[in-house]
Amino acid sequence: MLSIKNLHASIDGKEILRGIDLEVKAGEVHAIMGPNASGKTTLAQLLAGRAIYTVTAGIVQYLGRDLLSMTPEQRACEGVFLAFQYPVEIPGISNALFLKTALNAVRKYHLLPELDAMDFLSLVRERMKRVGMDDAMLLRAVNEGFSGGEKKRNEILQLSVLQPRLAILDETDSGLDIDALKLIADGINDMRDPARAIILVTHYQRLLDYVVPDFVHVLSQGRIVKSGGADLAKNLERHGYSWVDTDAIASLATQANQATQAPQAH
Amino acid sequence: MTTTKQLDELINREYQHGFYTQLEADTIPLGLSESTVSLISAKKNEPAFMLDWRLKAYQHWLTLSEPTWPNLHYPPIDYQHAYYYSAPKSEKTGPRDLSEIDPELLRTYEKLGIPLKEQQILAGVAVDAVFDSVSVATTFKQKLSTLGIIFCPFSEAVQKHPELVQQYLGSVVPYTDNFFASLNAAVFSDGSFCYIPPGVRCPMELSTYFRINAKNTGQFERTLIIADKDSYVSYLEGCTAPMRDENQLHAAVVELIALEGARIKYATVQNWYPGDKNGKGGIYNFVTKRGDCRGDRSHISWTQVETGSAITWKYPSVILRGNSSVGEFYSVALTNHYQQADTGTKMIHIGRDTKSTVLSKGISAGHGQNTYRGLIKVLSGAENARNYTQCDSLLLGSKCGAHTFPYIEVKNHSAKVEHEASTSRIGEDQLFYCTQRGIPPEDAVSMIVSGFCKAVFQELPMEFAVEAQKLLGVSLEGGTG
Repeated sequence: MLSIKNLHASIDGKEILRGIDLEVKAGEVHAIMGPNASGKTTLAQLLAGRAIYTVTAGIVQYLGRDLLSMTPEQRACEGVFLAFQYPVEIPGISNALFLKTALNAVRKYHLLPELDAMDFLSLVRERMKRVGMDDAMLLRAVNEGFSGGEKKRNEILQLSVLQPRLAILDETDSGLDIDALKLIADGINDMRDPARAIILVTHYQRLLDYVVPDFVHVLSQGRIVKSGGADLAKNLERHGYSWVDTDAIASLATQANQATQAPQAH
Repeated sequence: MTTTKQLDELINREYQHGFYTQLEADTIPLGLSESTVSLISAKKNEPAFMLDWRLKAYQHWLTLSEPTWPNLHYPPIDYQHAYYYSAPKSEKTGPRDLSEIDPELLRTYEKLGIPLKEQQILAGVAVDAVFDSVSVATTFKQKLSTLGIIFCPFSEAVQKHPELVQQYLGSVVPYTDNFFASLNAAVFSDGSFCYIPPGVRCPMELSTYFRINAKNTGQFERTLIIADKDSYVSYLEGCTAPMRDENQLHAAVVELIALEGARIKYATVQNWYPGDKNGKGGIYNFVTKRGDCRGDRSHISWTQVETGSAITWKYPSVILRGNSSVGEFYSVALTNHYQQADTGTKMIHIGRDTKSTVLSKGISAGHGQNTYRGLIKVLSGAENARNYTQCDSLLLGSKCGAHTFPYIEVKNHSAKVEHEASTSRIGEDQLFYCTQRGIPPEDAVSMIVSGFCKAVFQELPMEFAVEAQKLLGVSLEGGTG
């Protein structure tokens, strides 16, 4: 579904991503972990089309198409969804209006009839029950005055209403207490589907206790330095990121040594 | 950045009311003199007191010079290079009903979406339409008159109710008030007149639609609304003008009088031609609007949505004379391309326990400059006066400007005056959030802006709120850069 090759990207001339390679297939759940400033959010937002990053090299294919040439709204309509680490407030616009506008924009793109207010409300109410949200949240302005947990749950609600093919969740677990975390995890597990891929971007392993990934990748200084199964996350939790870093640096150093030493041996 | 480029394209849409109606017009010679004033008065067959008042106004105007204090920049206006009277010729004798009106004119109104036909009854809107300088059709007059409500063109009121006109004309905005108000008093050609008798609640929204059609014509209309004791009226005013390369002058005066216990709600959606995207053409809109809460417990509210005009100079104000009277001002002003707006309000607290609320939302896009200028004045006798002012500015792009000039003069210690102001920019993050959900950028901008204006739109009557929202979408073309 998603194929990233040698992706380099920078912001304000500063290189953040330094050669990412990643293959994600339908039905898979990938976790991307890494310390602060490793490039996790950059990767997530870049895939969703944020214009503040400049791609300097590499290609990204999504369902066989060049993802990087698509506008953010095209990507969204084609099924790429980003749950934001810091969901944005839109004063004066109700959650209901925002979601209905978004859903109908996507439907229109696929030449489907737009949902009227009644159909939309019955759909969104059913989804709200699933993520444990109160009806009153529909009338509140988008994310305005929401608690951290409410904002994150609102992202999961949008995910559940829009039903994307590729869901990228950027630190959706951060700042949540254990009950809220379980609710969010249930919401994400609910979205697991053979036709859908999910990328979880997270700093901590604890979300992965509830949403067990098929693959775990560790991002450090703009590169994926280690990939493995769900147990990789557990090792990280035990040893900390420095374990991967030293490990990764050691392996990079070895590669470099081999590269420089090889001609001498000849 | 791609989002910026898309926004630019979106903001560069065309003015949608820029058509010109071919009609034969009765126009008096170019320029302004005492004989112009007399000629206008004669054309209107006015009684002597009107001509006298106009001539005094003209003489006074000659002693004034154009104000230079507004934060507005435009080349000098040649007042001798304008026509001060233009009337569609076929309307000279005045229509008796809609069937007598030039069908071409009716089609113009249809394009503007003004409900002039029988469906109006369903819509509950009575329209007094002013086309250039004379009022062409007043609907629902019969229904209103059974309640004793007078709602008619100003010129008709002068003929039929001269005592009311003479008593109230200029009592809120005297002809000496300011340069543009003096000019208006001398040459105004028509407008709307409304009188609500004591205890009557006007059962429908009253509405006037203004449109400047003829070339080089200044439009000087004058509206006078009197709400007698314990009465209520809600009044809507909408404005459009065809596209022209030259700047056209519009200097209107609106006077509102609320007697004891009366309430007047006055709403404007102003969409005069704003000029093209390079700042060429457009209406110069110099308007004096003032309400007088003359009686105790009276209440006047102004709501305005200003999206048009090259230049807007307008401060709808309330004189809170009666004890416990209430004044309100709700405003959305949008400037795009090279539009400039210097707008705000004056709340003059004279009576005891008077209250005023000011809520101003300014949106600047393109090279637009948006100034809020407001005066809160509490006189020494105004015990327990209260004012709350909130002024918010929203910027789209980096070439536009927002300015706030709040003036506060308080001469009574028991007064409480609060002022809050904020300036924000439509964030790239807000836009990205919306587009990432599949919403096209132009819709996203409209949505964010309408959210910003929501508190003001809530004050508009339903059908106007919908129109205002659409207008904002259209007017926002070209905002970031």
